[in-house]
Amino acid sequence: MDVVLWGVLPYLVVVTFVGGLVWRYRYDQFGWTTRSSQLYESRLLRIGSPLFHFGLLFVIVGHVVGLLIPEEWTDAVGVTEEMYHAGALGIGTIAGVATLSGIVILIVRRRRTGPVFMATTKNDKLMYAVLTSAIVAGLATTVVAFSQGSDAHNYRESVSVWFRSLFILRPDVEAMASAPVQFHLHVLIGLALFALFPFSRLVHAFTAPLHYLFRPYVVYRSRDRRPTPGASAPRRGWDPVGTRDRDPSTRR
Amino acid sequence: MRVMAQVAMVMNLDKCIGCHTCSVTCKQAWTNRAGVEYVWFNNVETRPGQGYPRRYEDQEQWRGGWTLNRRGRLALRTGGRAKRLLSIFASPVQPELEDYYEPWTYDYETLVDAPLGDDFPVARPKSLITGKDTKVTWSANWDDNLGGTSELGHLDPIVEKVRRESEDKIKFELEKTFMFYLPRICEHCLNPSCMASCPSGAIYKRAEDGIVLVDQDRCRGWRQCITGCPYKKIYFNHKTGKAEKCTFCYPRLEVGLPTVCAETCVGRLRYIGVFLYDADRVTEAASVPDEKDLYEAQLDLMLDPEDPAVIAAAREQGIPADWLDAARRSPVYALAKKYRVALPLHPEYRTMPMVWYVPPLSPVVDLLRDQGHDAEDPGTLFGAIEALRIPIEYLAELFTAGDTEVVSGVLHRLAAMRSYLRGITLDEGADESIPAAVGMTGQAMYAMYRLLAIAKYDERYVIPKAHEERGHELEELGCSLDYDEGPGMYESAAFGEASGRPVPVAVETFHALRQRQTSEGISPAEEMRGRVNLLNWDGVGTPPGLFPHHDAPAGDEGGER
Repeated sequence: MDVVLWGVLPYLVVVTFVGGLVWRYRYDQFGWTTRSSQLYESRLLRIGSPLFHFGLLFVIVGHVVGLLIPEEWTDAVGVTEEMYHAGALGIGTIAGVATLSGIVILIVRRRRTGPVFMATTKNDKLMYAVLTSAIVAGLATTVVAFSQGSDAHNYRESVSVWFRSLFILRPDVEAMASAPVQFHLHVLIGLALFALFPFSRLVHAFTAPLHYLFRPYVVYRSRDRRPTPGASAPRRGWDPVGTRDRDPSTRR
Repeated sequence: MRVMAQVAMVMNLDKCIGCHTCSVTCKQAWTNRAGVEYVWFNNVETRPGQGYPRRYEDQEQWRGGWTLNRRGRLALRTGGRAKRLLSIFASPVQPELEDYYEPWTYDYETLVDAPLGDDFPVARPKSLITGKDTKVTWSANWDDNLGGTSELGHLDPIVEKVRRESEDKIKFELEKTFMFYLPRICEHCLNPSCMASCPSGAIYKRAEDGIVLVDQDRCRGWRQCITGCPYKKIYFNHKTGKAEKCTFCYPRLEVGLPTVCAETCVGRLRYIGVFLYDADRVTEAASVPDEKDLYEAQLDLMLDPEDPAVIAAAREQGIPADWLDAARRSPVYALAKKYRVALPLHPEYRTMPMVWYVPPLSPVVDLLRDQGHDAEDPGTLFGAIEALRIPIEYLAELFTAGDTEVVSGVLHRLAAMRSYLRGITLDEGADESIPAAVGMTGQAMYAMYRLLAIAKYDERYVIPKAHEERGHELEELGCSLDYDEGPGMYESAAFGEASGRPVPVAVETFHALRQRQTSEGISPAEEMRGRVNLLNWDGVGTPPGLFPHHDAPAGDEGGER
């Protein structure tokens, strides 16, 4: 059972996640959108949405730090387990609570505002359920850790070890199996969320428009391949058929 | 100098009777779909009035367009790129549905289905957003013909400004003396702020004809463009989650036809033609420090299509000869630059808009005639233009960032044209002193009269076709409207409505038609992919959905189909 859950399932999720994203990107560009409901209601959205999204950004950073950086590294720079634990709990709780209250505001808004509720699909409802339970389960691990004080389970010796072992294709099933049940639950819901990701509106996160910081303000596009102001030259290896000196359209 | 071509429009406001035919035909062509019920790519506003969406011109509130920052550089009014990305999770100043209006329909079925009773059945208004009963309180042209102006007129941002700036008390003199219609479409700007606001880079300007389009496949629904556009001419399709805008009817334009709004305009007040402009100087022109210089700066960008240097540069840029020829015959160039009677709408937004307006002289003439004057006598007319300060100030706020000199100059030329042509028509002879008084020759004035008054279809619309040899590249270029209930609608795919990649219309039609033409007997209905309607039905078989269901009872074999 442990092998299936912690040795096989993660890889199935990865295949679904990556394959799903590639497939959706190629097949469903038109459906790839935030599906914003701000047109219907913006007062609650202006509170809930930034709270949720910024909270989530911190949560993601926390997960990356906690899961990817080995304990030995932080020990080596002199961060003790107690310091790390306190810091992670502190920041993690604030970010988690912000995210949770954000999504609660958003869900209440979605249910209470007529047009927004009408625009909610079954897919959305499933996504909200999984996303909220992932956040709640994640916060639950933190709450349990709080109540146990210094006896709390050190997930960096179990979950993190297992997580990193996934990447070298030698999953450390034992390590994960030794973690307490609240971590098992959180990880399973997390896996469900990742499996759902490519097939829900969550995909908009993968086209976060960071290139906006670097692109020219005015975008020209041409029906032919003639270089225009603001357009980048075709990359190496994509030259049109024919020789450059003869073809007037490619003569520079 | 980088010469580029731009298809542009001029509207002669003197001729607009506010019939909304352009709006209706545009809506039928482009936005008669779910998700864009509230959208009018073309709308006609009565001025003074609040416009659509309400008070969109108040950029203190809506924060559209460009301004100059402290260092005098051009910047979006909503701030820099990083700041805009940080506010992406909840667009700070996006108009809500109530700023446009809540679209509605009527429950017509009740009229037919209501049981027999003492009372007449009533078709109640139903909201197209919630489907519930609604109260109709506003629409895209609710204040049409100054409806409610005595209560709401002060909400017009320009009235507010004119009142603030004029020292004498105006107790809505404007309403008594002055009213005109302003049809609006997307301005297809040279320096579009919607495009600059788009985080995804989905909005683009076509290099060949300057039409600004939204790539429906790359738009991710961040809705920053809606805030960015000061004219509020980008709309959010709340069903597909994508931005949509006026397309300048590019499929028509590519084959040399005018836009739907222009084609159906009963007043024949729209002109479509080509400008050649210098793309390298656009930013510079949009950055001039004084707002009142923006009109001249924009005019300077427009290159003289007769100038050999311009022609040579245009050839070098690969602009085809027929486009250069069209640019020489361009009615929009003539009205904007040769005769200088067409003005851009709100140049102070610094977007370099490419839909130009001939300001209306008729209100002035009507007023004079009502007061018993000879409304076409040059002296009276010129004097009246000077005396009617408030309308001039109002027009100046619309078209020249408040510079009344330019507007009264245009009105003078239009007034002179009336007087001059009256002399000719009434056989009183051409009084050459009239055109001379406004700095024109009699010949130029007559040519302007021809263009403004009696120009034929092919003089009003000088539209070079897109090049045939590039035809295959035109198909399925970025902005297609082939989505759910769009002009090229398809059945839903895996993610329900609006998902999946549409089959190119041309490909699908080609294969479907060939199959049906060459197959023997009745081909299965699914070959037409459920898209058969009365327009494309070829009389073969009974495709599903085309005819009402006819559930004949068992044994009834005599029923004819």
